[in-house]
Amino acid sequence: MAFQVKRGEGDVTVVDVDGQLIVGNRQELKQTVLDELEKGERKFLVDFTHTGYIDSSGLGVLVSLSKKIREQGGELRLSSLNEDLRTLFELTKLDTLFRIADSREEGLENF
Amino acid sequence: MGPRPGSLDNSPPGMDGSPDFIAEPMERELVFELPNDLLCIEEAVEFVLARCSTCEEVARKLRLNFRVSLVEALSNAMIYGNGRDPDKRVRLEVTMMTGRVTARVTDQGTGFDPQCIPDPTTPDNLCREGGRGLFLMRKLMDEVHYNDQGNSVTLVLHTAGPESFRGEARA
Repeated sequence: MAFQVKRGEGDVTVVDVDGQLIVGNRQELKQTVLDELEKGERKFLVDFTHTGYIDSSGLGVLVSLSKKIREQGGELRLSSLNEDLRTLFELTKLDTLFRIADSREEGLENF
Repeated sequence: MGPRPGSLDNSPPGMDGSPDFIAEPMERELVFELPNDLLCIEEAVEFVLARCSTCEEVARKLRLNFRVSLVEALSNAMIYGNGRDPDKRVRLEVTMMTGRVTARVTDQGTGFDPQCIPDPTTPDNLCREGGRGLFLMRKLMDEVHYNDQGNSVTLVLHTAGPESFRGEARA
């Protein structure tokens, strides 16, 4: 399974992305998070500890989810991006759109 | 359905280990005819990367710059060029030479004008879901060329020289 949903500290929903977030599986992540949003969850942390690669459609789905979550009064945070992933976020200036934590623990702090 | 190994030209002449060829520019060419299926992109890109002769100094360029750009070119060809039509195909030609890697991706669509793609990093466009593929290709590759019709893109990555990685955002 590419995406695993876990409960973090308190009421934060943590989504682990295993492998890659690309055009072939982005809809699976989108649906996973939207299902949780519909259940009433509002705080999401997407963790990339085990992610090697994201493409532009993966970046796009994160932008789309962040917007939908904000519209419901929630927040989407990201954590544990490797050097390559950080470069992609910086190039596209999406690092200005998301709160990006160095670690899962930091992402869960004061959420 | 993934890339079909049987369709690959993966045995270039002159690469049989003969020392006579060591001083000559080494060139390898891979040619794919891919089905218009997004699920085969990953397998095709991994296949190409595994065959790029590399050393430590260019490893990141291949892993990040080339890989991201190749995936973007293939998905653009399948989604926008071929309009997700499963009956169409995408041609991928990769040439590896000393100092540079070139990939040409050609779809069977009518083409588009690459000048019409807006900058996805402006405040107005930052929150849009799409529109970052071509931008990333241009940032990460040393050269990006479209043919006149706009249905074939050629990506060139320089793998030698003292310059830092293209697209590296850090100082």
